[in-house]
Amino acid sequence: MSSRIPPEYADTSSWSYHVDEQFYAELARQSALLREDWPEAGVTEIVEAQSFLAREARLIDVGRFNDWLEQFTDDCLYWVPVTAGAGDPTVEVSHAFDDRRRLTDRVYWLRTGLAFSQIPASRTRRVIGNVETTVDPVTGERLVRSNVVVHEFRAGVTKTYPGWYGHVLRQTDDGWRIRLKQVNLLDSDQIHENLTLVF
Amino acid sequence: MTVQRDSMAAAPAQGRTAYAALVREDRVHRTLYTEQRIFDEEMVKVFGGRSWVYLAHESQLPEPNSFRSVRMGLRPVIVTRDRKGDLHAVFNRCSHRAATLCREESGTAKSFQCPYHGWTFRNTGELVGTPWPRGYGESFDKSEHGLHKVARVESYRGFIFGTLNESAPSVVDWLGPAAGWLDYWIDRAPGGEVIVRSAAHRMGYRGNWKLAYDNAGDGYHPAFSHRSLLEMASRMGDSKDMSYFGVSPDEGAMRTYMLGNGHSVIDQRPNYDGPGSFWANQRPQPGRERFEEKIRAEHGADADRLLDLTIGSQINLSIFPNLLVIGNQIQVIEPLGVDRTQLTWNATTVGGVPPEVNTMRMRTQEDFPAFGEPDDQANFEEVQRGLAAPEAEWILMNRGLDVAGWQQVGPDGVVSSAATDELHMRRYYAAWLDMMSEDTAR
Repeated sequence: MSSRIPPEYADTSSWSYHVDEQFYAELARQSALLREDWPEAGVTEIVEAQSFLAREARLIDVGRFNDWLEQFTDDCLYWVPVTAGAGDPTVEVSHAFDDRRRLTDRVYWLRTGLAFSQIPASRTRRVIGNVETTVDPVTGERLVRSNVVVHEFRAGVTKTYPGWYGHVLRQTDDGWRIRLKQVNLLDSDQIHENLTLVF
Repeated sequence: MTVQRDSMAAAPAQGRTAYAALVREDRVHRTLYTEQRIFDEEMVKVFGGRSWVYLAHESQLPEPNSFRSVRMGLRPVIVTRDRKGDLHAVFNRCSHRAATLCREESGTAKSFQCPYHGWTFRNTGELVGTPWPRGYGESFDKSEHGLHKVARVESYRGFIFGTLNESAPSVVDWLGPAAGWLDYWIDRAPGGEVIVRSAAHRMGYRGNWKLAYDNAGDGYHPAFSHRSLLEMASRMGDSKDMSYFGVSPDEGAMRTYMLGNGHSVIDQRPNYDGPGSFWANQRPQPGRERFEEKIRAEHGADADRLLDLTIGSQINLSIFPNLLVIGNQIQVIEPLGVDRTQLTWNATTVGGVPPEVNTMRMRTQEDFPAFGEPDDQANFEEVQRGLAAPEAEWILMNRGLDVAGWQQVGPDGVVSSAATDELHMRRYYAAWLDMMSEDTAR
């Protein structure tokens, strides 16, 4: 939990006080870092990262969205940019720019049983590869990037979404938690039908 | 310059009598949404013919020699500014062997060279040169082979429209009372400065383009179609924006207004009371609490105005056939096929405000495309599936027909009605029938 959040706004599933200029500046810094060349990681670090990504992928693919939500930090961001290369979220819209509150809303929305775009619900299965990892020299957080292909079946139609993930993971008493998940779709700025699945 | 003109497309016109049988006072025939032949004719007559069609916003062409690739119906079109900044629109189609000239979405170019055989055209359409011109005989006249031009291009306060109809009324006359509603939307921005360079949600659905137009002016559906959004918003108590659609929307002050030529608007503003009310009723965006604190601390009495600018306009303005001005977005209906459509939600910023106001506008403009519109488009797709039953022939648009006291004529002659009246469909189909009954594209 960031020390910048006043106590009355501590429940970030209900309040969003911390998404300020500093939040956006830090996001821009880490988004750039996720695109740099990194030194080769050790086998242990790579395997740990792969293991974390596989578990997160499984939670989504089996529809355990509440458990998935618990993988995120209080000051998290689940970000699916529209602009190729992620762009500038201070002046551009995203497919998803979910702080903890909006991510909680998203999961709640999926589970209302009233979202007709998810009746029937998407079945998904994703394959993750090309995993790389390093450490953020400023925060000490674990950076992970990977290629991903999400396969979706819904309402008689199978679709495929290729792209790459950038994860920023923070060590906590409960293990790693997701501070940032950036989903970079290959065709993020082009036509999409019903992007209500979870990436 | 002599421009090329195609004669009317090959498909024979049905004529007014035949289409009139499909567009009745209270219903329209399913084939208007399912038949390829009718779609093909719409692309000529409704997205061409004598109609004005929305093409782009001037802020997307920010400097001399800017260009932007768009569609006018299915026609690939390049909207350009010449070196003096004047607007033009040309078919993105080489006059030689038909290849598209421009394959970029936007940029700047004084001329376009065809990648196929190298014919080069000014950004105003004139043919400048052909490689190895000695291969053409003396009869070859470059002035006869310019790009096909959109006959007239006019901007209404930044909104660029094009028509193939040389004798069309001016855009402002064709907009009629819709111009005043567009003025309200534009003048919310300080100095009227609206900027369309904030990315776009390009949402596709497997359904006919008119399903989007039917729905944009539909005050009947929100309480049902958007139950998930209203339920989500009630997670923390009050269900906020649009909850007023849930309880007898016909009994409040919210009205729908008929603006002529198929245009209409739903005015939701009577559901709000005074400065700061738009902001107070918006579902919470990322950063909302800190932002409000900062704006109130730094802007005092002006804070409510700035907060409201981050929220949508609370009107749904539909300009036939392809422009929907809703929230803070400029939506464009782009037909791709009889049962496939792209609905492009262009996000906007405004000039003359602190930068964090525009950032909050971004977060607000992500709300409905994520949690509202997908449910609408799911219903559009299910309508298209339902329309596959040939024996069930009709789509009804009879709500409000013959209901005493609903329709009223204002002092300006504008007819209004309760927000759930399907009058907007009956009116735009009358315009559609006129366009489709024209004998020629002119």
